[in-house]
Amino acid sequence: MMEITLQHYLVLSTLLFTIGLIGVMRRKNLLMLFFATEILLNAVNIAFAAISSYYGDLTGQMFAFFIIAIAASEVAVGLGLLVLWYKRTGKIDLDAMTSMRG
Amino acid sequence: MEAIAFYTFAILTTVMFTITVLTNHALYALSALAAGMIFISAFFFLLGADFLGAIQIIVYTGAVMALYAFGMMFFDTTRVVVESRTSPQIVFGLSGLAALTVVAIFTAPIVSGNIEALYPAIEGVGNSQMVGMVLFTKYLIPFEVAAVMLLVAMIAGIILAGKKMDHSLTLMKEEEIERQNNEKAQV
Repeated sequence: MMEITLQHYLVLSTLLFTIGLIGVMRRKNLLMLFFATEILLNAVNIAFAAISSYYGDLTGQMFAFFIIAIAASEVAVGLGLLVLWYKRTGKIDLDAMTSMRG
Repeated sequence: MEAIAFYTFAILTTVMFTITVLTNHALYALSALAAGMIFISAFFFLLGADFLGAIQIIVYTGAVMALYAFGMMFFDTTRVVVESRTSPQIVFGLSGLAALTVVAIFTAPIVSGNIEALYPAIEGVGNSQMVGMVLFTKYLIPFEVAAVMLLVAMIAGIILAGKKMDHSLTLMKEEEIERQNNEKAQV
């Protein structure tokens, strides 16, 4: 069978990124929106690891580590805000968050 | 062999993430996302980034997914999620953005054809050891900043989610809980 090149990994990464973007576009529930952003971050991580491996350079892996750290803190703060919002209003839909509309 | 593994895991990840994005049940979305995260770590092992693969399993499926699972206990997850009908302008704009991303990702390696390894991999040294050598020399300050950021995020999470949790439901008596619920119902 044919060899797996860098392009294969980049195509896969693009595909997963597009799936994540579709999720961001169609979700109204904020929790599901968070899931879609996790997919986006993971797709980018694959591209970083692949480029790092094919160029024999560790910088890509380092960036992937920092992305994982940022994703973890994003989830902690985001879920905290989400729980707070749910306790106050009982809804986590995006449409309900229009309190600043003039 | 590598090709078989790559295509198998590529199909599995794509299917899992598609389920996550398209399903109307939060519980299915969570489970599919966790499975997809584990399958993604397989790519890291295929690429020789063993440490990153282990971190992916531990942090994403261990910590992030557990956090989501605990968070979902607060929300009504059995309800079917209603989806929005976004305006065509937004869909058009975001699709254009996605297409631009595709072009950028594909042209970036071609443009920078003369790329040179900044921290080249050393022969005969394992991946974890190499990661440690680079992380604790060249990337020490970002590493420490990331640690402080995680601490700040932890404090923020505790303060945000822990509000109005000053009375413990496990230590209260049954009558007290009932009285409180009645008060809530009256308000």
